[in-house]
Amino acid sequence: MAGITIDGVRKSFGATTALEAVNLEIADHEFVALLGPSGCGKTTLLRIIAGLETQTAGRVLIGGRDISALPPRARGLAMVFQNYAVFPHLRVRENIAFGLRMHGADSARIARQVTRTAGLLRLEPLLDRYPAQLSGGQRQRVAVARALAVEPAVLLMDEPLSNLDALLRLDMRAELKEVLREAGTTTIYVTHDQTEAMGLADRIAVLHAGRIEQIGTPSEIYHHPATRFVGGFVGSPPMNFLARDGRLLGIRPEDLDIVATGDGLPFRVNVVEPLGAQTLLTGIAEGHLVRVALNGEHHVPPGAELHIRPRPERIRWMDATTGRAIPPGTEPSP
Amino acid sequence: MRGRALPYLLVAPAVIFLTVLFFVPLVQTIALAFETRTGFGLGNFLRMEDDLNFHDAVVNTFRFVGLAVPLQLAAAMGMAMMLRHLGRGRDLVLWIWTIPLGLSDLAAGLVWLALLNDRGYIASLLFHLGLVAEPQSWLTYETPIALFAAVVIAEFWRATAIVVVILVAGLQLVPKEYAEAASVFGASPWRIFTRITLPLMKPSIQSALILRTVLAFEAFAVVIAIGGRNFPVLVSEAYNWQNFNQEPSVAAAYAVVVMCLSLLATVVWLWLLKTPAEQRA
Ligand SMILES: Nc1ncnc2c1ncn2[C@@H]1O[C@H](COP(=O)(O)OP(=O)(O)OP(=O)(O)O)[C@@H](O)[C@H]1O
Ligand SMILES: [Mg+2]
Repeated sequence: MAGITIDGVRKSFGATTALEAVNLEIADHEFVALLGPSGCGKTTLLRIIAGLETQTAGRVLIGGRDISALPPRARGLAMVFQNYAVFPHLRVRENIAFGLRMHGADSARIARQVTRTAGLLRLEPLLDRYPAQLSGGQRQRVAVARALAVEPAVLLMDEPLSNLDALLRLDMRAELKEVLREAGTTTIYVTHDQTEAMGLADRIAVLHAGRIEQIGTPSEIYHHPATRFVGGFVGSPPMNFLARDGRLLGIRPEDLDIVATGDGLPFRVNVVEPLGAQTLLTGIAEGHLVRVALNGEHHVPPGAELHIRPRPERIRWMDATTGRAIPPGTEPSP
Repeated sequence: MRGRALPYLLVAPAVIFLTVLFFVPLVQTIALAFETRTGFGLGNFLRMEDDLNFHDAVVNTFRFVGLAVPLQLAAAMGMAMMLRHLGRGRDLVLWIWTIPLGLSDLAAGLVWLALLNDRGYIASLLFHLGLVAEPQSWLTYETPIALFAAVVIAEFWRATAIVVVILVAGLQLVPKEYAEAASVFGASPWRIFTRITLPLMKPSIQSALILRTVLAFEAFAVVIAIGGRNFPVLVSEAYNWQNFNQEPSVAAAYAVVVMCLSLLATVVWLWLLKTPAEQRA
């Protein structure tokens, strides 16, 4: 049993508050992605769970047991550090074996796990090198392998794939997902990358300025953002917002249709980005920056005057002052 | 032309300084050590070796180096790790610890002499407390172990701080994140120390050991102040031959022996504790 409960955790560093009362409930075997802008407190939260930082207030429970007073080594978890922290004086092989050695595993198990995780992360040819002889991305994979090798009940990963090329990242993402599901590892996965979060996670927690803005399945987060921030942060390109008497009309770029002149909102195209599967138009409507994503290739000249219309069932209403979503049923008509 | 000469001009002061004050005396000393009435030879070394005190001086020197240096390293390591866990008082504690460094070694020796001799503070205190029947004397040839301990203690007190300073500086070069990672992966504080911190500090431990070993082979004022002629070491014997026996060439032979020991110790530390570039923090 390795569910994680984060109960009212607050953290201040002197005058700056990194986390304000974070509450989060993560089920056993669950994969939760922690998504948020730089400096919002993601690393701080992971370090508190790992026991490397002491929270100013609140509790952390793993498997129902309050671990707030336990040192890191007694918490039974593994972590991939944002800056890798791969031991420079140990070869890749010994780095990967480190956790198992500390837990007193026998040499057969150590050898097996090193081979397995090194294979998974494509590190076999590098096993006898020192970290200084590796590229940044290779070092990052050593950090991931070191954490996977101990087969932890709880795994904390701080942007574990951030330094890999797009193709390798795609591969690694799929393999991580499979391995962690098979092992039933409870995982918290910090990332900036929305596609990564959407693709990997059972649920996504969006963190903003030391608070959890929303937690939900990828589809809930994407289609029903709880706040303006979530709509504007999740999704690439982000949600568009238009002002409507004290309210905000939120609409995803792919939920805007081009319509005949005289029908819908006038939209002046500034930039056209053909992305292959989609064509992205950026322009101005009602004085706001608006992005429209069209399926397939469209040849629209920059400066064109088009008309756009939001699909009514896809509109999300937000309160303009609080930025919170207005529950369905109380919204006005577009 | 000027551009090409400039680098040589810039290193010239250092080269001249080293030549005049270091290299020339060194060559002279070596020459003196091998010079005998009948030409060049090992005569001075044979006379040195024949002397009654020579054996004691060698044994004492090695015992002294062999005990003082490891003690200092271990204690300095402990002190450096303690400082790391100290919050605000850190700088103050480090400052207090380094006070002995400001004293000349003769003064340090005299301080300990005043504490430890038979009319010294410690003997009087023990006498007044009734713990000893009469003031004891520890610093004579009749109490060789106490005398040796006193010399080591005085040197330990005087020169451990320099090791602390070197190790503290070295420790600051080792990022905290490695110890953190080790603790997350299940390492106890002791294993973090032996598996992570110590190996990563090898370069600064090496510097400290080289410095301390060389200086311990040359320890003089502290030894003379406390041990006098009851605790001969190589350097104090060189001094005696030069000053009392008026035999500069035998003194020079001693100096050459001390120099060779220092060089040897340096080479040993360089080799034993070498850290290839790819394994550095
Ligand atoms: N040791 C510290 N002392 C003071 N402030 C800190 C410390 N560590 C973090 N902070 C502050 O806490 C806030 C959260 O930092 P944190 O490292 O958790 O951000 P993050 O979400 O991981 O960002 P990134 O995505 O850039 O890694 C930041 O404003 C940071 O400046
Ligand atoms: Mg971070």
